[in-house]
Amino acid sequence: MNIHEYQGKDLLRQYGVAVPNGKVAFTVDEAVKAAESLNTSVYVVKAQIHAGGRGKAGGVKIAKTLDEVRTYAEELLGKTLVTHQTGPEGKVVKRLLIEEGSDIKKEYYVGLVLDRSTSRVVLMGSEEGGMEIEEVAKATPEKIFKETIDPAIGLQSYQARRLAFNMNIPKELVNKAVQFMLGLYRVFIEKDCSVAEINPLVTTGDGQVMALDAKLNFDDNALYRHPEILELRDLDEEDEKEIEASKYGLNYTALDGNIGMMVNGAGLAMATMDIIKYYGGEPANFLDVGGGASAEKVAAAFKIILSDPKVKGILVNIFGGIMKCDDIATGIIEATKQVGLNVPLVVRLEGTNVELGKKLLDESGLNITSAESMADAAQKIVELVK
Amino acid sequence: MSIFINKDTKVIVQGITGKQGLFHTKQMLEYGTKIVGGTSPGKGGMVVEGVPVFNTVSEAVEKTGANASVIYVPPAFAADSIIEAVDAGLDLVVAITEGIPILDMVKVKRFMEGKKTRLIGPNCPGVITPGECKIGIMPGYIHKKGHVGIVSRSGTLTYEAVHQLSQANIGQSTAVGIGGDPVNGTNFIDVLKAFKEDEDTYAIILIGEIGGTAEEEAAKWIAENLDKPVVAFIGGQTAPPGKRMGHAGAIVSGGQGTAKAKIETLNHYGIKVAPTPAVIGETLISVLKERGLYEKCLIQ
Repeated sequence: MNIHEYQGKDLLRQYGVAVPNGKVAFTVDEAVKAAESLNTSVYVVKAQIHAGGRGKAGGVKIAKTLDEVRTYAEELLGKTLVTHQTGPEGKVVKRLLIEEGSDIKKEYYVGLVLDRSTSRVVLMGSEEGGMEIEEVAKATPEKIFKETIDPAIGLQSYQARRLAFNMNIPKELVNKAVQFMLGLYRVFIEKDCSVAEINPLVTTGDGQVMALDAKLNFDDNALYRHPEILELRDLDEEDEKEIEASKYGLNYTALDGNIGMMVNGAGLAMATMDIIKYYGGEPANFLDVGGGASAEKVAAAFKIILSDPKVKGILVNIFGGIMKCDDIATGIIEATKQVGLNVPLVVRLEGTNVELGKKLLDESGLNITSAESMADAAQKIVELVK
Repeated sequence: MSIFINKDTKVIVQGITGKQGLFHTKQMLEYGTKIVGGTSPGKGGMVVEGVPVFNTVSEAVEKTGANASVIYVPPAFAADSIIEAVDAGLDLVVAITEGIPILDMVKVKRFMEGKKTRLIGPNCPGVITPGECKIGIMPGYIHKKGHVGIVSRSGTLTYEAVHQLSQANIGQSTAVGIGGDPVNGTNFIDVLKAFKEDEDTYAIILIGEIGGTAEEEAAKWIAENLDKPVVAFIGGQTAPPGKRMGHAGAIVSGGQGTAKAKIETLNHYGIKVAPTPAVIGETLISVLKERGLYEKCLIQ
């Protein structure tokens, strides 16, 4: 789960990690009020959307007066920002962070991520702040330093210190940088983050080490033990169909194509996307109904697929092991009766009770094309949506 | 022969009285797996499906002589269950549970350092040695005993590959689902090492997917260490970057973990990659024929 920058900064503040003073605003008046309450002569007006690259897209403005804050707030609120992470459709700005300006001396990068090959959390740092760390990794990999953290004892001060020296943080600020990193690590562990990226981390003219931006992502599997994090979820940032799917425990991701698909198992679902594309089609979604899906769950999945106006045809690919093919068939029939099926449907069933499942579909009177294999199914649906 | 499990493997089911645990205990018993006990805290003394239930894993091991366990415990308690099984000194622990917090697994892996236990999973379908032992949730009947080893990050995609092989009258030695999570107990190379040593495995199918670099590491290891033929498939070739594809570990981030990079690396090391999931079996058969192994892999 993602949260907004201002929410991330609030969390960091709770853990003693230095961030600039600032407040969130949902309206232009709130933005001006927030600015008034800050003791500063330079204000930063920052669009809050769940995507990086906001600065380049014009989502961050520097204001010298309250009037300028008002002008920028009016401009940004309701505007659709298109960054390299939002896709061409962009995202509508509904919240602003009004922050005091900082006297930046230098920008750095600090991040905590899971290193899959060692199964440990790694603290990364670089003196090349402000640009994407992937770009730094490509251009100057020698400028990225890493400290692998032993989960039994956590991040040690000497590791943070070594990283700070490697990043060329001025020696009089190294201790502050260490405190910063230790605090960041505590947030990461105690809140079950999957990523905690501070880019840039800055040193300031008045000798501060602070987070100018904050990107915190959380492990969805751990949200059950963090109701306070779940409260930060912003449904405006998520696809409506994805929200609906999550209510039924379905793994759904919206894509750009016109072939809706329903598959059991994440691996098979990915492979089904691939084979649709291999035969010249474009999947409209990723949808994994899971291993033990019931007829009700299948019906819910079907309704979500059919609610997408882009969908011109549907492919169902089920390898029923634990899931019985007749249950799947019943789910499809129920769902189509409820919502009405007005696009071609190709069904490929394999596994437990496959004959019974096929028979149910055949006798349903619905316009269903049966397929014998994955390749056959993909070719048929691609042909039907042409 | 086979790897990890065989007809002598004695299994306990952790979480045997839960809905999942009970259902699959029945299925595994029907397949012929030696389920010797189960655990469910507070339900010690019960008997389900003819299997004695214990309060703790150590007691179950002591009373039954089990050397393996399978875990169907809900995600919030699963890490604790794995640690309990490792602490009881089992040789093999298969964690089926999906949705264990990542940082819990980081701790589990740390705890397992220096211990003898092999963990398979979590978030996996389990392991099966056809005709001998099934530990997990895969549909047993699609498998046939034979000489092709399978290792995979995905469940249903493994069934698809197994089904294609069985239809073509090619059996399997052992199929191992290593799971779809970013932190897991056993990786591709661990399984490949075991297949290398197994006399009954003549060829191997490796099924990977987007996210991480485990497939690239495996490709390099294969080129340097293995002379048995390997055929691969990589799922998620069309997955958009930054979007998680069902599995917690299936995500392309920061340009890392793309299917394209994995396929290129596999090809670079001379490993054939099936272009679509529908031809995993066919691709293997073509390689078996090239290597003169086709007849030997056919079920007599």
